[in-house]
Amino acid sequence: MAVIEAKDLTKRFGEFTAVDGISFEVAPGESFGLLGPNGAGKSTTMRMIGGTGLRTSGSLSVLGMDPERQGPEVRASLGVVPQSDNLDTELLVRDNLIVYGRYFGLPMREVKAKTETLLEFAQLVEKANAKVDDLSGGMKRRLTIARALINDPSIILLDEPTTGLDPQARHILWDRLFRLKEQGVTLVVTTHFMDEAEQLCDRLVVMDQGRIVAEGSPAALIRQYSTREVTELRFGASRNEALLAELASLAVRAEALPDRVLLYSDDGEALLEEVNRRGLHPLTSLVRRSSLEDVFLRLTGRSLIE
Amino acid sequence: MKALKPRRFGWWYVAEWRLRGMRSYRWTILLMTLGNPVLYLAAMGIGLGALVRVDVAGVSYLHFVAPALLVSTTVAEGFNEASWPVMSGFRWQKFYLGMSATPLAPVQLAMGESVAVSLRLWVQSFTFWLIGLAFGAFDGLVSILIVPIAVGAAMATHAVVMAYVATIDNDVVMTFMYRMIMMPMFLFAGTFYPLETMPVFLQWIGWISPMWHGSQLARVVAIGLPEPGWLIACHVGFLAVWTIGGLLWARRTFTKRVVV
Repeated sequence: MAVIEAKDLTKRFGEFTAVDGISFEVAPGESFGLLGPNGAGKSTTMRMIGGTGLRTSGSLSVLGMDPERQGPEVRASLGVVPQSDNLDTELLVRDNLIVYGRYFGLPMREVKAKTETLLEFAQLVEKANAKVDDLSGGMKRRLTIARALINDPSIILLDEPTTGLDPQARHILWDRLFRLKEQGVTLVVTTHFMDEAEQLCDRLVVMDQGRIVAEGSPAALIRQYSTREVTELRFGASRNEALLAELASLAVRAEALPDRVLLYSDDGEALLEEVNRRGLHPLTSLVRRSSLEDVFLRLTGRSLIE
Repeated sequence: MKALKPRRFGWWYVAEWRLRGMRSYRWTILLMTLGNPVLYLAAMGIGLGALVRVDVAGVSYLHFVAPALLVSTTVAEGFNEASWPVMSGFRWQKFYLGMSATPLAPVQLAMGESVAVSLRLWVQSFTFWLIGLAFGAFDGLVSILIVPIAVGAAMATHAVVMAYVATIDNDVVMTFMYRMIMMPMFLFAGTFYPLETMPVFLQWIGWISPMWHGSQLARVVAIGLPEPGWLIACHVGFLAVWTIGGLLWARRTFTKRVVV
């Protein structure tokens, strides 16, 4: 049975439709992603799952309950990692976990024991008595995640978990999340980073302007909507557009972005050779595997990060 | 159902958090709790009192002003605790939003605030009373009744201000509140002189402020101020309506802010 089941889920703010009739299911133990640019409706969907966002229409069931009517019960089994850290900077690192555990009605002894385990999990044992303000961005994020685990949630909602972190901090975080996944926790992740979605998600939906435009595993989406490889060429801003027609005839598909041209094919190197043979000589070139970024570009005509 | 305990005791968990947070400004609290009474009683009661040779309301100026000083400093602190911390919870640090991701309901956030702040104010006003005794500003044990009166007036203020602050989004409004509400209330609500000595067109400031109602009640118990029974009922009723109305309003504004 699905742990989350959304059907024609819709949320309007006045005239603006933030979430426009989306349907999806999340299976227990699955790692499910909502991928899309800012404003696609991902965070609004997350809020509705936690019962702090009211839906305009459609149905939503979380662990068999309606989050609007049984909010406290639903949230008792959720771990929520919001987009921006809302840790209490007036409390020490350890105390942030303790007070949060209390909100779930856990006895103080249990909370204290759990806090020590989680400090270890979040690799923050040495910082237990530090002030929150003295933590790095990555540490704060790990503390927020540890906080979300204090109630042993069966579903964890992560809203943009690594936005604003440096690459090393991101990898540490992904590693922690991966461990949770191995323990059978259901993860629901929103992100506008395709590499993150590829790292974390078994299955994802691509959202744009409140709608789901595609659904599948990262690999299946790439197979379906893109070619195996991409050749990125830069000719300088003025020439990119001018050469597009000629370049397009060499590839399965071509996209001109303001700063570069993307050529889709199954053999990027061969394509690059052909470009050079024709004397087009780009200023720089790069051959890479297709990513979810390309899927998104194909589906919406826009890139994920504006 | 795992949410049974939070549904029942959530308000207390919030209060626990809030009291723990007060530790980070415990020195400020301690300084204010001890410093306020000493400074106010010395400056107003003894300093200014030396100039005011006549009796006010049948007692010395120190005896007249001390109960109201206790009430107004407590009310002022209730105002403080309802302004910046609540603003921070929604806007700056957003910790209320973190709490709203737990089984806690928005009304429990407001209730927890209220409980924690009132606990703090019990200690503060009791300390004031003890220091006042040492200054000879209060006579007799019955004057200890000023303490619950002060806390009541402060919590009436706290509830309404907290509810309102949950609706605003910028600190300019709050600075305005301090200058245009808190300060006039402090100066014109009959703390330092009887309200009746003011021209009638300024007396309304006292009538609508919890500070005046609290101070008058405090004077009734401390110096036997001869207030008619209906007026005493008015004072108590006013504070009760503000407290209950404020909390009901806070339930609305907190919910609106948390659930979208």
